This record gives sequence, C-alpha cells and structure tokens, in this order.
Amino acid sequence: MKNPVIRVEGLGKRYWLGQNTAPYETLRDSIARLGSVFRRQPAQAARGEFWALRDVGFEIERGDTVALVGRNGAGKSTLLKILSRITAPTRGRVELHGRVGSLLEVGTGFHPELTGRENIFLNGAILGMRRREIARSFDQIVAFSGVEAFVDTPVKRYSSGMHTRLAFAVAAHLETEILLVDEVLAVGDAEFQKKCLGKMQDVAHEGRTVIFVSHNMSACAQLCRSAVALQNGQVWLTGNVHEVIKKYLIEVSASSPTAVHAQLALLRPDPALRVLDIRVFQLGNDNRGNFFTHLPFEIEMTYEVTVVERNLRVGFDLIANDGALLFRAFDDDMRRHERRLGVFTSRCQVPGNLLMPGDYVVSPSIGIDPDRWIVHKDVSIGVQLMQIDGVNMTYMDTYRRPGYLMPELAWNVVPRG
Amino acid sequence: MKLHDLPRQLRTACEPRKTGPEMATVITPSAGNAPGLSDMWEQRELLYYLVLRDVSVRYKQTSLGLAWAFLQPLLPAIVFTVFFGKLANLPSDGMPYALFSYAGLLPWTFFSSSVSQASLSLVNSTSLFTKVYFPRVFIPLASIVTAGFDAIVSSVVLVGLMLYYHTPLSANIVFLPLVVAIAAAFTIGSGTFLSASAIRYRDVRYIIPFMIQMLLFLCPVAYPASIVPEKWRLVWALNPMVAAVEGFRWSVLGTPLDVRTMGVGAVGAAVVLVAGVKYFQKVESTFADIA
Repeated sequence: MKNPVIRVEGLGKRYWLGQNTAPYETLRDSIARLGSVFRRQPAQAARGEFWALRDVGFEIERGDTVALVGRNGAGKSTLLKILSRITAPTRGRVELHGRVGSLLEVGTGFHPELTGRENIFLNGAILGMRRREIARSFDQIVAFSGVEAFVDTPVKRYSSGMHTRLAFAVAAHLETEILLVDEVLAVGDAEFQKKCLGKMQDVAHEGRTVIFVSHNMSACAQLCRSAVALQNGQVWLTGNVHEVIKKYLIEVSASSPTAVHAQLALLRPDPALRVLDIRVFQLGNDNRGNFFTHLPFEIEMTYEVTVVERNLRVGFDLIANDGALLFRAFDDDMRRHERRLGVFTSRCQVPGNLLMPGDYVVSPSIGIDPDRWIVHKDVSIGVQLMQIDGVNMTYMDTYRRPGYLMPELAWNVVPRG
Repeated sequence: MKLHDLPRQLRTACEPRKTGPEMATVITPSAGNAPGLSDMWEQRELLYYLVLRDVSVRYKQTSLGLAWAFLQPLLPAIVFTVFFGKLANLPSDGMPYALFSYAGLLPWTFFSSSVSQASLSLVNSTSLFTKVYFPRVFIPLASIVTAGFDAIVSSVVLVGLMLYYHTPLSANIVFLPLVVAIAAAFTIGSGTFLSASAIRYRDVRYIIPFMIQMLLFLCPVAYPASIVPEKWRLVWALNPMVAAVEGFRWSVLGTPLDVRTMGVGAVGAAVVLVAGVKYFQKVESTFADIA
C-alpha cells in the first residue's frame, strides 16, 4: 500500500546573486552559496542566477525516517526550507499530509528577559504548538531539560548549557506528524546528547515521519531507515540508509580542480605573481573535498613569482560553516622564505584529529603584505570532514559535540594512592 | 520513486495514528508560502504570545514599565498645552486645551508608535522567520496590538482629565468602534506595508521617523479641523488619521465633526489596509531569501 506523506515533484529553487541581495544574506548562506555556485558547472553560472534545487522529486512514506545527506551547497538546507515553508519554491510542487514541525535551529525566538516558563510557551507557539499541547507536555519539557529549579528565572541568567537544553526540550516535544530536523539539534554535553538521540528514536518509533539532515553519518545510520542523497541540487541516490551512505562516502567527489581554476581565472592579473593552482587533498583518500577527521589534509598552492617581492606571503584562512574564522596561517609563520623568480609550491598540512566533522571553507590569501592581496577572499574551497575513526569514536553513538575543535590530547587516568 | 523496501515490522508496529481529519498542504510557487486565514486562525495563539512578550519585556526591561504608556501621549500633551494652547492660543473646539490635545494625542500615539515599531519589527526578527515558518504578518501585528494595549492603558489619563475638567462623556461614544476601526485599518495597512518594504529597502528605517513627524502636523492633533480652509478639507482628509483623530474627539468629547471627513477617511483607511496586506502577502514568500 502506497501512502506517501510527503510527495515532492519537479521541485526547483532559483536564487539571484545580485548586488541587491548580497548585503542582507547571512555569512553562513554566503559561504554555502559561494561553495555551491562554483562547484556547479562554472560555465552555467551565468549572470547572477543559480538553481539551488533542480527537478527534485521523491516520496516519503508515513512513519519513515529519512536521512537527507549531501555536501554543503547540495541543496539540503534549501529543500528543508521549502518543506517547512520558510521559503517558496520557484518550480514544482510539494504535497504534505499532516502538520509539519521544523527544528532548523534550536531556541529560535527565546527572549532573554522572559522566564523559562514564559519562553517555553512562546517558543512552543512559534514552533506551531497549541497552548493546550504545550501545557500538557510542560512538565515533561521541564523535566527533560533539567532546569526545574530555574523555570521562573529569566533565561538571561541561564548558563548556555541550560539554555540549549531547554530549547531542545521544547522542540523535542513538538507533536507534529512530520518532523524536519537539522543537525543543529546536536547540542549540549554528551549525556544530554544521548538523551536527545533517544528522544529522536522515540519520535521515529511513534510512527511519525522524520527527515533528518546531518553530516554525522553514524547518527544518520542509527536514526534513519532510508536516505536521500542530494548532489548539485538534484536527487542523486535514494534507498536504504546504509547503502546510500556507503555510496555517498565513496563516490561523492568535491571541489573539482576545474572549479578552483574557474575561481582563479577570475583573479585580477598582478605583475608580481601568478597563481597557477590551489589544491586541497587528503593523502590516501581520493574523495576530493570529502575528508576524514582522523587523517591530516593538505593545502597546496602553486604560483609563479614574476617580480621578486620581499613581503610575499602565502597562506589561508580556515573558516567554519557558521562563518567563524578558526585560524589564519601563513607559510612564513615560523621562518621567512626567500623566493626568487620561478614557480614555487607552498604546501601546508592540517593535522588529523583536530577538527570536528562538518563543513569548512579554505580561503587562501596570497599577496604582498600589506600593499596588495592577489588572492584574498576570492577563492574558497569547500572541505567536508566526516568521521569514521579517531577522537570521540567511543561516543559516536551520541551526537556532535559543541565547539569547533576535537583535538587528540594526551589523557592519563591513573588510580590515586 | 519509492524510498525503501525495508522490513515492515517496524512500520506495522506503528501504523499511522489517525489524528483528526487529514489535511494536505500543497506548496507550489504561486501558492508559495503565504498563509491563508485558516493558517492564521490555527496559530492565533502565537499572536497572543508575541504581544505578551512585547508587553512583559518592556515592563521588565524599563524602569518605568507601564508608565511609558501614559507618558508617551502625556508629555507631548503638556508641551502642546504650554506652547500651542497658552502661548500661541490655538482654538480647541471649546474644550480645555489640555484635554483637547490629549484626546488627539491618544489615537495619534497609537498610530505613530505602531508604525514605528511595526515597520522595523520584521527586520529585527529575521533570525525568527528564516528558521521557522509561521504567519509572518503576526510580527508587525503584534507591535500594533501592543500599541493598542498602551492606548487602552493611557485612556485612564483621559478619563482623569475629563473628570478634572468636568467634561461629560459624549453620547457619540457608541460610534467609537467605527473610529477605532478606521484607525486600526489604516495602522495595520501602513504597518504591514512598511514592515515588508523595510526587508527589501533598508532606507525605510530612516524615512519613518521623518514621515511620522510630518504627518503629526498634517493631523488635527494640536489644532481643530475648523482652522483648515473649507476647500482643502477633503484633500486633507485623505489622510485617514484626520478622521481617526477628529472622530475620536467627537465620539468621546462631543466636539464638532465634519461627516465627509469621516467618509473620506474610512475609504482611505480601507484602501490602505487592503493594499498593505496584499503587498505583504505578495512579498512574504521572498522574505527568507532576501532578509
């Protein structure tokens, strides 16, 4: 018996990349967009228009739990935004049977001046819950969040942990038939994350339909039965979650060299230096742009020096997908290099077991410091880190930890006395 | 295409719970995501919570709290009374000038604070509507309802002034709902229009204080309608706040009223309401893309 609860047909979403829109976008969107627009066929990225989704179609049956996977810019967020009616599609049609609850961000609409109790009701109402529903699950929400003692305290006095726990607790008690969940859910400490995952599993077992977006493949595999993989705004694979994830991890290739060259071709020519190539790769891993957290990856910049400049600096920024600059590094950080005329390569290794799984952008900076930068924010190369091994593997059944880094540290646990 | 052919035990274990009548939502480019009235009714409690938030946050955040509701019309009323009433000797339809100007400032303050709050309300809550779907019109509406709440609170001062000056309540008070409807329609229309345009054009932020200031002097707040030359009266009344301010005084204090002013104002307010709401709905589906 076919009983699709979500039916998507020929869905398309076009964005305009005009000057008008640029200043009012979030940096996070801009980075995602920048990555996606260049990774797509550069020839087609004609004047200011790009399709975040093209002819997407699938059906999801009632009670199914579906992982939505794909690299940054593949269209996952756009699809979620259309399904949750935050934004309208340009083409196509979506049919939804039942109320849709979306958890694209936890704690949306929390007001610091209001108490926990007031915020539970406000946030619940924003998420589309009725007052009666909220009142009915109020005690459960408070118990789940573990902020019982502070429920009448303004939220501004909460620790950030309490804040996120309460926010998740409200969201987790949404009683809609369809639930859209973005990976931002992964909040709080390990114990709380375990609780969240358990809650999500309960939801799935209640026969509700869940669409789950995450870069954490093990969480996807645990939580979901099916998967849809998007690539360049189109449905690439659908089916059993394990099969899709396996194919996805092996076959998805990212940031093709041609895409990087297209970005380099747009640079203004400089008399002193010509950038020939920029590559990001992981040794022993053919998946360009899709790397493993436990292995180091390399950034290699090749350029031709045509005028000797004393202050030539070659480096890059590593940016997290929320726009945070994690670090900026230059090849002369430790010692100066003398560069005569000719072709040079600066290669840097970012160690494994350092970053969290997720999306990052490598943004090279090459120029004559401080006079002029030949490459600075002109080129961005998407890097997606996935975890299959390394730090935190003991807790892979829980969720993503907070923070940007996940370094391998020397722990020593010894009995005392 | 079918998503999976997994073992069905789990599925049968949790056959769909039939929860009420099945409602299918269809999302298409044209239908977009503009909510219908039924959506708004469905989520009407959200409007209540947004108003509650605005009111209680201000009450908690500002040391004067609710007193602001009084002070907003009261302070300009004092200034007007001193300068326009005493020094410039403007006529006031036979009413004590303080009462006259306060009765004008009450609806005016409702309008001006509604519009200034509502117009920026959407821009200030981009983090909300780019993450969650709900009828966005609730955001400017909440600002307007909050200002309406203030107007009700500040009418206590009006009652006090009427008692002080021994001014009886006019029998015209039965028409007050009509006057309120004109003021509300015009305010909602301009509030929704300005809030939606502020998303696209950030200049709106700078235009509004200027516009409100200009409009104040175009409204019979500090002066009575009678000083406006007869031949200009109907053109002047195209601004529905003229009808709202004059009508409010007429229904509460029994001051004279030009009925044609009310007619023009009512039509103007209705046009602005429809245009504002239509514009809002038209651009609503693009909010999340351009905000």
